[in-house]
Amino acid sequence: MFRDRKTLLLLFGMPIVQILLFGFALTNEIKNSKIVIADFAKDIASQEIIGKIEASKNFNIEKSILSSQEIEAAFKKGEIKIAIVFPNNFNYDLRHSNKAQIQVIADASDPNTATTLTNYITSIVNDYQQDIWKTSKVPYRIMPELRMLYNPDLKGAPNFVPGVMAMVLLLVCVMMTSISIVREKELGTMEVLLVSPFKPFLVIVSKMIPYLFISLLNLVIILVLSVFLLEMPIRGSLILLVAESTLFIITALSLGLFISTVTDTQQAAMSISMLGMMLPTILLGGYMFPIENMPIALQVVSNIVPAKWFYIIVKAIMLKGLGFSYIWKETLVLAGMAMLFLLISLRNFKIRLA
Amino acid sequence: MPDITLDHISKTYNKNTLLALDDISFEVNKGELFGLIGPDGAGKTSLFRILTTLLLPDKGFATVNGFDVVKNYKSIRGIIGYMPGKFSLYQDLTVEENLKFFATVFKTTVEKNYDLIRDIYLQIEPFKKRRAGQLSGGMKQKLALCCALIHKPEVLFLDEPTTGVDAVSRREFWEMLKSLQKENITILVSTAYMDEATLCDRIGLIQSGKMLSVDTPENVLKAYPENLFAIKSKNVHKLLTDLRNFENTLQCYASGEYLHLSFKTENGNSQNEVVVFLKEKGHDEIEMKMCKPSIEDCFIRLLAS
Repeated sequence: MFRDRKTLLLLFGMPIVQILLFGFALTNEIKNSKIVIADFAKDIASQEIIGKIEASKNFNIEKSILSSQEIEAAFKKGEIKIAIVFPNNFNYDLRHSNKAQIQVIADASDPNTATTLTNYITSIVNDYQQDIWKTSKVPYRIMPELRMLYNPDLKGAPNFVPGVMAMVLLLVCVMMTSISIVREKELGTMEVLLVSPFKPFLVIVSKMIPYLFISLLNLVIILVLSVFLLEMPIRGSLILLVAESTLFIITALSLGLFISTVTDTQQAAMSISMLGMMLPTILLGGYMFPIENMPIALQVVSNIVPAKWFYIIVKAIMLKGLGFSYIWKETLVLAGMAMLFLLISLRNFKIRLA
Repeated sequence: MPDITLDHISKTYNKNTLLALDDISFEVNKGELFGLIGPDGAGKTSLFRILTTLLLPDKGFATVNGFDVVKNYKSIRGIIGYMPGKFSLYQDLTVEENLKFFATVFKTTVEKNYDLIRDIYLQIEPFKKRRAGQLSGGMKQKLALCCALIHKPEVLFLDEPTTGVDAVSRREFWEMLKSLQKENITILVSTAYMDEATLCDRIGLIQSGKMLSVDTPENVLKAYPENLFAIKSKNVHKLLTDLRNFENTLQCYASGEYLHLSFKTENGNSQNEVVVFLKEKGHDEIEMKMCKPSIEDCFIRLLAS
């Protein structure tokens, strides 16, 4: 066993990596979440609550936008997960009618994060209530009015369907293509194929096209199931969704081809595409563990995970109903990745045997 | 005019530690059936891969049909047919589909060059709907040959085409090669079966990456320097050890039911001397006769010198 370095690395490396990952990086606890506060009241009560929020390590006050349009825009861009609106005369209402309302708006496309964040806010507000009860006998009540954006019923499907789409399409595409070229090397057909006037570019393209169609069929199945069975909405343009998915499929196929050109056996290609793709996609894709809670290093690493970008895109189109102008950056990243992998595959394609 | 030339070709593997080909030079003429004869690991496949532009030689220079195997590899790939030692067609495609696929890859059609492969293809046509992976060894070889011929190549490279094929199919295969020669296709074929050597126009004997001899099979046989004797007795195993200890023995080895024996120095009395020696050692039923050397004997003789 000690001569088989790879197994040894796997045996001892796996527990270390996993303990570190799950211990530090991947927690459901939410720290430093960006919050927007619209303080229309600007009175002593609102300022005190804001002070408490500021003191909490769970939140970072991003900015104090005043218009509700600007809050909406921030949610659409995905910059913030939660916002609080203090109405006019907040303190006045509180002192005179003994009760006042604040509005808490959360991005519920990820229901777990939304629930956690609103719970944090509620407990801060309760805390403030306790404080004023100590000094006055009147039972003042602050009632947070919760608004769950995009997913008012806090269903699980809106979160995991985009995630599963990203994972399934990526894994299937990468796995299918990763063995495609290496299989020809292993079976010897590459030897005959090389001694013919074909062009490497054509081989790569012809390896991709059938899998592209199979994956598109897969996409249709996933979409039909999630719309009719799981009652997922498609709020944005279906054409845009299909176009973006096609781009993602091409990216995944190029990644698979890249793996195929650098490995020598089908087994190696399979394990790279299964283990090497599955874990980062699940852990760093953004739908299991919110990326913004991870250490900076992991946040940087997550940028090279194609599924992360596709997850953002799918959520934006299906749940938020956004158009291309909101997701062009993510689209560009995916397109760039696809180009890069294709170019490297083409360069790596060996025109000789050794 | 030579169709294939090799000029001091050397090839090493594993970072220059394993010498596969050592300074190989020879030529194959247009329309010739040239056999590369040597045991497993002699370097036959390495040589084929260099000529089919799949490997780069470390040293030396080689051309196929006038094209350099390194610089003009693209030109070579269009005009040669190559059949690797390992069955290398698409196992999950049918016989027909494989043929069609390779025709398309070479930018031609099955119909266009059907004449060339007709005789071979007719033998596998009854199985044309069968997947290539389910064919018998001989059938696979015939299909592979069809696929290698589908674009009417100038030069045909066949790496051990008869290895693992039954005796009847082997003979059929060689007959096919003979008829292909009539189409003026240069054929370079390798084999580990010494008996196939005589079917070639010329042969190259290769061992451990070195070319031992390049000549017609007749000349190779004629060049055998000593007289060769076949000898047997009741206890062949003991006979071999005893003969190897005999002072005048040059070479002695098993060949079929006999042992083949050659002497260091031969005079009229050598045969009697060895019989006397063997009788002293207690051998019975000694039978000894002169025999004609085969390619295998020549090969073994060349290894010793």
